[in-house]
Amino acid sequence: MMEWVNDIIQGILTGGLYALFACGLSLMFGVMKVVNLAHGDLAVVGGYIAVGVIAVTHIPVLWSFVIVVPIMAVLGYVLQRTLIQASLDRGVLITLIVTFGVSVVIENGLLQFFTANSRGIGVNNAFITSSFSIGSQITIPYLLLLIFGVAVVVLLGLQYFLSRSKYGRLIRAVADDQEAAQLSGVDYRHVFGIAAAIAFSTVALAGIAYGMYSQLAPTTGTDTILLFAFAAVVIGGLGSLWGTLLGGVVLGVAQLIGAQINTSDEVLAGYIVFLAVLLIRPQGLTARRAR
Amino acid sequence: MSTVTETTARSAERFRVTRSRRNVAWTGVGAVIAVIVLERLPYIVYSGTTTILVQAFIVLTLACMWNLLAGYAGLVSVGQQGFVGLGAYFVLIFALQGISPFLALPLAAVCCGVAAFPLWWLVSRLRSGYFAIATWVLAATIMLVFERISALGSGTGLPLPGLSGYSTTILNADIYWAALTVTVVALATTYLLLRGRLGLVLTAIRDDEVAARSSGARVGLTRMIVFMIAGIGCGAAGGVLAISQLGVQPAGVFSISWTAEMAFAVIIGGLGTIEGPILGTAVFMILQQTLASYNAWYLIIFGSVAILVALFARRGLWGLIDEYAHVRLFPVGYWLWTGSESRRGLRWRRGGRPS
Amino acid sequence: MSHPPASGGRPADGTPLLDVSELTVHHGQLRALDRVSLRVYPGEVYAIIGANGAGKSTLLRTIAGLHRPTEGAIWFDGQDVTKVRPERRAARGIAMVPEGRRLFESLTVEENLQVGATYARKGPWTIERVYEMFGWMAERRSQRAAQLSGGEQQAVAIGRALVANPRVLLLDELSLGLAPVVVQRIYGMLPQILATGLTVLLVEQDVSQALRVASHLQCLLEGRTTLEGQPSDVTAEQVEAAYFGLAQAGHSGESDS
Repeated sequence: MMEWVNDIIQGILTGGLYALFACGLSLMFGVMKVVNLAHGDLAVVGGYIAVGVIAVTHIPVLWSFVIVVPIMAVLGYVLQRTLIQASLDRGVLITLIVTFGVSVVIENGLLQFFTANSRGIGVNNAFITSSFSIGSQITIPYLLLLIFGVAVVVLLGLQYFLSRSKYGRLIRAVADDQEAAQLSGVDYRHVFGIAAAIAFSTVALAGIAYGMYSQLAPTTGTDTILLFAFAAVVIGGLGSLWGTLLGGVVLGVAQLIGAQINTSDEVLAGYIVFLAVLLIRPQGLTARRAR
Repeated sequence: MSTVTETTARSAERFRVTRSRRNVAWTGVGAVIAVIVLERLPYIVYSGTTTILVQAFIVLTLACMWNLLAGYAGLVSVGQQGFVGLGAYFVLIFALQGISPFLALPLAAVCCGVAAFPLWWLVSRLRSGYFAIATWVLAATIMLVFERISALGSGTGLPLPGLSGYSTTILNADIYWAALTVTVVALATTYLLLRGRLGLVLTAIRDDEVAARSSGARVGLTRMIVFMIAGIGCGAAGGVLAISQLGVQPAGVFSISWTAEMAFAVIIGGLGTIEGPILGTAVFMILQQTLASYNAWYLIIFGSVAILVALFARRGLWGLIDEYAHVRLFPVGYWLWTGSESRRGLRWRRGGRPS
Repeated sequence: MSHPPASGGRPADGTPLLDVSELTVHHGQLRALDRVSLRVYPGEVYAIIGANGAGKSTLLRTIAGLHRPTEGAIWFDGQDVTKVRPERRAARGIAMVPEGRRLFESLTVEENLQVGATYARKGPWTIERVYEMFGWMAERRSQRAAQLSGGEQQAVAIGRALVANPRVLLLDELSLGLAPVVVQRIYGMLPQILATGLTVLLVEQDVSQALRVASHLQCLLEGRTTLEGQPSDVTAEQVEAAYFGLAQAGHSGESDS
């Protein structure tokens, strides 16, 4: 019995990680209507950059994000203003194809330069890698708790930014009506760039977190991250930041329950939940983004 | 010119619509010759060449199908590798029952067509981006399911039974002919379909879905038919893959690389044209053969070129050729001729661009 | 009810604030505007009328920068803005209230105004001043725009354009979907708006409403100008003929060049 409770708690906490994956995707789709098929791979890129930065600067692992996040933010802005904007101007079909192409190029690029081996971001801090116990059968790794905490902070920060700041307002306005925003003097391409920079920042955090918690390989982006990010968004409902947390939690719990049934069924359980949601809530997916 | 004169001049014009141009006769002859030559190849060249061609045929068939989906039906699927794997596994399943793999091939293709129905039902209501991800998830799910079936070799797969009685030369030749047949059937089916009513509906949907719907086109039904055909085609290619590799390995047959290869081939060759996949596959094969020893490079380059083409030369290589030569190997459109009265009688002039 | 401003005649030697010449705009293969020209002088209320599909909205949208003309030029305040992006035109002083209001639905009333004020020029219009003009708005400032009625949304949309302190205000089909009483009230605001030095270019399907407020009039039919002049100089029959295209194109009052 307690194993189940343990699993559920772990699943909930893992949901924080998935929410980190998902909020960037949700933001980019909500604002720019872009389904970025390279989203997962970008998280992996963030993780690999962290590995490189740590190796070169010997910065404490837990502080690697200080360098990696700004790099990814700038990358996001540039990529959005160039590649993604060009794709958007040419339609949904082209955008999907281009982001798919980027995904393939990134994965094969990583494969070519870093081999297929997976690598983790080793955290040397003994405290973080340990766990604490409640009773005799519930063990909670501190790292997981930390990641969940980061996810909540990020979501809170995003929500505050979107609802209170000038650019947050502009982002919401452009998401509602791009043309009307233009008429009010807003350069929507610049606003898109800001949104992408934010999305890439969260993706970088997600990649680093995943690298610490598990392992990163060139194909992790599509095998694991992208599909789970998308699943979390779908389950939680598009347009809702906290929905992505809910979606992540549901996904996390489902996965761990699946692992209880059969250790190799973890990933499959997640996919099945995703497909089930597609079946049950298709109207939420076919309709335009509704807020 | 005053208004009055214009009106009179217009009413004197007459219009005529025709189908093929003269050059389709040449294309038809050319195609027949090409097929005959290709069919004779195992007698002429070494098996190294035919093996490469088998690979080319697989990619060509896949590209043809992806082009139908994305270029005509507007469905960007990044999950077609699911059908490739299904086709391969169906061949394996039939072969394990004692049926010759070559006989199992068409059976497997049909099974894939049947399997396409429930899969379509799952994803049909989704729009573009969601549709793409859903197809990806479906393919990944199908792979995970098959990896759990120990009777089919679980994660490592199984060799294909029923191929041991052949001598190597004959086996290679048979594999080659199977691959050639599948490709020719795929191309011919695509051409005939697009030339008929289905093609008309697809072009209408591609140009303006709302208008197509209000003109009575059964958009959903048409898309389902295309999805099913693509399923059959990709499944057949998967079957050929299984036979050519003498076995089935889940990670290999369900690999996303298949989608990458077919999609990039179509984009570079020319999305939405029948000639495009042929050109794109040629480019792909050249790239792969020259970079064979460099592992992942060919996909990196192929992908990068595809991105550039998608952004800057949307109609691909064939589009560029078409711009300059105005030639059409597989004409599926209509020509509009306007005839105007002149002193020398009725003169016809071809107007507008072919659709 | 508002009266057209006493403008008598147009300055013969003054520079127009907005000078559109030989504008041709295509939507794909369809020609929506065919060599349309117009000149708007400071302080005018210039009304463009015409039936559905005549090209009125296309004209306004092209002036605002949302469409690229195939031919022709647009000069604003002495500068060629034909190729300038819409957001930059807004910065120069062209503000449009688009057809159908087009508020930011998930934003509050105040946030909508704040967006309008983000890149505002210097001038008399502030969010507070907009609240003064529309008495009810201040109370509802925290309500989401989607929850307002049609007339209220129209007011907010006008407010959003005003806080940018434009020089010319483009109004696209204000009366669309609104009750006549509401329309009257909104048009009743025009004098207040003009009093701050703005110029108004409006598109209106309701001809009598346009005639009531306009100081200058232009009628479009199938993308072409069929009538142009001052309301006092044109007869009802001329307007009708121009609107429905029952006769050849006619002029009255000033000649268009």
